[in-house]
Amino acid sequence: MIDSSLIYAVVSMGGLGLLFSVLITLANKKLHVEEDPRIALIGDLLPGANCGSCGYAGCANFAENLVNGNSQLGACPVCSQEAREKIAQIMGVEVESGERKVAVVMCQGGDGTVKKKADYDGIRTCIGATLAGGGERACSYGCIGYGDCVNACSFDAIHMNDKGIPVVDRAKCTGCGNCVEACPRNVIEMHPISHHVFVLCRNKDDGKSARAVCKAACIGCKICEKAVDGVGFNVIDNLAVVDHEKYTKEPVLPTEKCPTKCIVIVGEAGEV
Amino acid sequence: MTNLFIIFLSAVIVNNYVLVNFLGICPFIGVSKKLGPAVSMGMATTFVMTLTAAVAWLINRYILEGLNLQFLQTVSFILVIASLVQLVEMFIKKVSKPLYDALGIFLPLITTNCAILGVALFLVLKEYNFIESIIFGFSAGLGFTLAIVIMAGIREELELADVPEYFKGAPITMIVAGCLALAFMGFSGLI
Repeated sequence: MIDSSLIYAVVSMGGLGLLFSVLITLANKKLHVEEDPRIALIGDLLPGANCGSCGYAGCANFAENLVNGNSQLGACPVCSQEAREKIAQIMGVEVESGERKVAVVMCQGGDGTVKKKADYDGIRTCIGATLAGGGERACSYGCIGYGDCVNACSFDAIHMNDKGIPVVDRAKCTGCGNCVEACPRNVIEMHPISHHVFVLCRNKDDGKSARAVCKAACIGCKICEKAVDGVGFNVIDNLAVVDHEKYTKEPVLPTEKCPTKCIVIVGEAGEV
Repeated sequence: MTNLFIIFLSAVIVNNYVLVNFLGICPFIGVSKKLGPAVSMGMATTFVMTLTAAVAWLINRYILEGLNLQFLQTVSFILVIASLVQLVEMFIKKVSKPLYDALGIFLPLITTNCAILGVALFLVLKEYNFIESIIFGFSAGLGFTLAIVIMAGIREELELADVPEYFKGAPITMIVAGCLALAFMGFSGLI
């Protein structure tokens, strides 16, 4: 004989459950709100990583704002071109050319290139080293080298090389910008993938001081500026700056003429 | 009547759900950034609490006690709360989309808000009658609203305050919540 309370328990809980499910079903019919079907469709096409680079709470939230016209498709840097086209089709608009942006590490001062100023025994994070005198490397502008950017990357697209300088995998980089935020020295910048010529140095000290701390520093010698007659390369505050709008000639002369080899071709022509 | 007033005062201030019993901390921290949504969240919680108190009392008296199934209290109360929250959510979505968006994820989270389950379990524990239960549920919700609104008011001011860099955000919020709880301890001698 089964204990009667067991039967009561099952029946009463089952009954309650049934009662509430009927109530909810009725309410669902009665209180149904029509949602734009495009929201669900677009939500499926978005990456679903919920990385938040678009500025919304997640991909679903972004999809909603996209449909409502509060946001632009280009706001999602992670979305693939293919998905982008499909979403544009759903929305009935042309794809805005969102050229992919990738991270570029603007420093070459790895171990052996940059001078060492001290031993650092603290927490092995760049932000920690910043608080404690700036870590081991003598250059106060360049990479600290403890890999905060590597940890910040959710896409496994940035790695330390054997000299302690982060290297971006341009194929994997989604342009979310997390590494840019993670870097306390602002050494990482986002650039369109079609840009290949960079001055990989941030040192704004005068040439002598810059050279004293790092072999690969920009010394502001203006050889690059002269090589292109001032079109595309300019030295501002002892630091050469590329104007990608004006400078299009590739392969480049200044890369060869640069005495410290801090003007570098990053990536390969034609990559997307 | 005095009895009802004591229940009311006790639930709103003396045994405030958030600041004295430390129940329902999640929405207390999560939705207290702005005054508007905080008030709405308090209202939604109050509404669900009152309904839950009524339904939980009925279920407890006529089903659980009637069939001697008190061991099913927790399960049945969770069932009640989950269903009620579903209904409230649909209702709010239909009636006020902006409010629905403002409450966001915290509306479905009322389901797992321990303060609500706390109301249901406490009213059984304290052996309230039907009217007392409803008053208890309503005033517990009011207490929650009071706490979350005070918190939201302080946090809005805090946006403008010169908070030390490393206390910004969550840490200062915790400290404020702690100070509020300390302040509410002062009411403990009232009843």
